[in-house]
Amino acid sequence: MNDSLAGLSPARLHELLHQMLLIRAFEESAEQLYLQGLIHGTMHLSIGQEGSAVGACAALRPTDYILSTHRGHGHCIAKGARADQMMAEFFGKETGYCRGRGGSMHIADVTTGNLGANGIVAGGVPMAAGVGLSIQMQRQDRVVLVFFGDGATNEGAFHESLNLAAIWNLPVIYFCENNQYAMSMAIARASKVEKLSDRAAAYGIPGVTVDGNDLLAVYAATQAAVTRARGGEGPTLIEARTYRWKGHSKSDKQRYRTKEEVKEWQERDPIARLVQRMMAAGILTEDAFTQLQAQVETEIAAAIEFARNSPDPDPATILEGVYA
Amino acid sequence: MSRELTYAEAIREAIDLAMARDERVFLFGEDVGVYGGAFGVTDGLYQKYGPERVRDTPISEAIIAGVATGAALTGMRPIAEIQFMDFITLSMEQLVLQAAKLRFMLGGKVEVPFVLRTPAGAGTGAAAQHSESLENWFVHVPGLKVVMPSTPADAKGLLLAAIEDPNPVIFVEHKLLYRTKGSVPEGYYTTPLSQSEVKRSGRDLTIVATSLMVVRALEAATKLAEEGIEVEVVDPRTLKPLDADPIVRSVSKTGRVLIVHEAVKTGGFGGELAAVIAESEAFDYLDAPIRRLAGLDIPVPYNRELERRMVPQVEDIVTAARRLVREAR
Ligand SMILES: Cc1ncc(C[n+]2csc(CCOP(=O)(O)OP(=O)(O)O)c2C)c(N)n1
Ligand SMILES: [Mg+2]
Repeated sequence: MNDSLAGLSPARLHELLHQMLLIRAFEESAEQLYLQGLIHGTMHLSIGQEGSAVGACAALRPTDYILSTHRGHGHCIAKGARADQMMAEFFGKETGYCRGRGGSMHIADVTTGNLGANGIVAGGVPMAAGVGLSIQMQRQDRVVLVFFGDGATNEGAFHESLNLAAIWNLPVIYFCENNQYAMSMAIARASKVEKLSDRAAAYGIPGVTVDGNDLLAVYAATQAAVTRARGGEGPTLIEARTYRWKGHSKSDKQRYRTKEEVKEWQERDPIARLVQRMMAAGILTEDAFTQLQAQVETEIAAAIEFARNSPDPDPATILEGVYA
Repeated sequence: MSRELTYAEAIREAIDLAMARDERVFLFGEDVGVYGGAFGVTDGLYQKYGPERVRDTPISEAIIAGVATGAALTGMRPIAEIQFMDFITLSMEQLVLQAAKLRFMLGGKVEVPFVLRTPAGAGTGAAAQHSESLENWFVHVPGLKVVMPSTPADAKGLLLAAIEDPNPVIFVEHKLLYRTKGSVPEGYYTTPLSQSEVKRSGRDLTIVATSLMVVRALEAATKLAEEGIEVEVVDPRTLKPLDADPIVRSVSKTGRVLIVHEAVKTGGFGGELAAVIAESEAFDYLDAPIRRLAGLDIPVPYNRELERRMVPQVEDIVTAARRLVREAR
C-alpha cells in the first residue's frame, strides 16, 4: 500500500494535502480581494497546478533552496511560507515578506530557503547555477530546485544554465511546470520538441516528464533527481505537465483556448486526485477532509485579518534597501 | 479631419496604415497576435493581416532583437515589440553591438530600418521588474534613435516616421498614456523625428519634459497659471538625435528651466539635457540654476503610496516650478 503512495507516510500526506488546499484557498481569496480593489497591481494564479508545486517541494529538505517564478504562490507555501506574511505582501504592508516593496511577483522567504519569485521569465534559471555552484564549493549537503514555466525554456539563458550545470555537475533540479501555455502561446507553437524533457539530451543530463497533476508522481520524480544531485551526479530536467485554470494574469481575455479545454483539465484536479487516492488507501475520511478544509479557511481568514490590520511602510523609509 | 483616439488606438492605426501601404512591414513579438499585445495595442491586426505578417514569438527577447536586425538588414521593415521595456535588457547585445553599429562599421553600405516598440513606466503596481524607464541607456549608444511620444497624434505621426526611417528606432510608449485621448488626424501622415515641440508657451519658466511627464507638466502649468506663473512646456519627443534649438530658445526667453522625467535621476536623460543647455547660449540668460525633477534612485516599489512617491506627480512639478521662479542665480 505504501508503495502506491510513493513511500509517504499518512501523516506526511495529510500535510501535503493541507498545503495544496491552502494554496488553492489563498489564491482564490487573493483573487477576490483583487476584484474588490483591496490588492493592486497584477497577480498570476497557479490554481490547478498545486500538484507540481507541492510534489516538488515535498522532496526537498528545509535547508534546500528553491527559486521560483511569477506564478509562485504555490511554491512559496509548499516550501513553508506563512500565509499571513504573504497576504500582507499582497496588501503592500510593512509586515509582508518584502515589506510591501515586492508584491505578488517577488515574494521570497529566505528563512525557508525560498530565494524568491521572479518577475522575469527564466529569471531564476541562471541564478540556479550560481546557487548550485555555491553549494558545491562550500561542500554543503544541499540542493537547489528552480521552477520555471514552459515559456521559459525558450529564453537563451535557459540553455546557458543547463549546459553549465551539466558540465560542472551542479546540484540543481530544473523543474519545468509545463502548463501548456506561455500567456497566449501554446507550447506546441513555441517548440518543435514534443516532450520538453527531451531537451535534457542536448546537455547530456537526464530528463523526465511526469503528470504534474499527480502529486505522488511528481514527488517520486523529484526525489530521484534530488538523490542524484545530492550524490554529486549533477542536474536533472523534470517536466511536469499541468494546466492553469485561470487566465495568465488579471487582464487576459483567454481568446487562445476553449472553455472545453479548461473544463477537461479541471476534471484532472490534482487535489481531488490526491483525496481520492488517500481515501481509497483508507488514510483519509470524509470527516477528516472536511476538517482540513475548515482549518484552511480559518488560516486564510486570519491571514487576511493580519494583512488588513498591518501598517503601511513608512514613506520616510522609501530610500532604504539600496546601497547605491 | 481628425477625431479623438486613445494613444493605444493611434499607435494601432499607425501600424495598420504602414502595413497596408508597405508589404515589407511586419509585426512580431510576444502575444502580439490573437492576444492583441499585453496592453491590447495590436488588437485586431492579426485578424486583418494574418499569421505571416503578425507573428507571435516565443519568450525570447534576444531573438526578437536579432530577427529585427537581420530582417531589416536584408530588405524588410520589421516592427518588433518588447512586451515591457524591462525585458529589453535581454535584447541588449543585438541592439547595442549589432543593430546600432552595423551601418557605421560596414562603411555606410547597409541600413537597418526597424522599429522596436516597447511600453515603459511605473504606476500600474507591477513593481520593480515591470516598471522600468530605460530610455537613456539607448540615448548613450551612437547609432540608435530614441523616440518617446506624449500624445496620441504624436504617437501616430512619429511611429510612421520611425517606420520610414532608415535607422533602428527605439520607440518608447508609456503604459499610463495608452488610455489617454487626443485629437488625431485621419490618414497617413508623418511627424518628423528630431523635432522638439513647444506644447504650451509661457514667459516665466521652461519645463522640458518627456512622455507621461509632458502630460503632468501641462497639468501643472494650468495650475501655476492660476497663480500668475506662466510656464512654457517643451517636449523633445525624439531624445536622440535631439533637436536642441527650441529648448535653447525657450530657456533663453524664460531664463529658468526645470527638467522633468520619470526615469531615475542619476544617469537619466535630464543630465544630458542640463548639459546641452549649460553649453548653449541659453547659459548667459539663466536667472537660476538648471533644476531636475526625476524618479528617485531606487527600484520601483510595489506599495501604492511608495510607487507614487517614487515618480514625479503633478503636485511635485508645481512645487518645484514655484520654488524655481523665486530662485536667483
Ligand atoms: C523576460 C520576460 N519576457 C516576457 C515576460 C512577460 N511574461 C510574463 S509571464 C509570461 C508567460 C510565461 O509563460 P511560462 O514560462 O510558460 O509560465 P506560466 O505563465 O505559464 O506559468 C510572459 C510572456 C516576462 N515577465 N519576462
Ligand atoms: Mg506556461
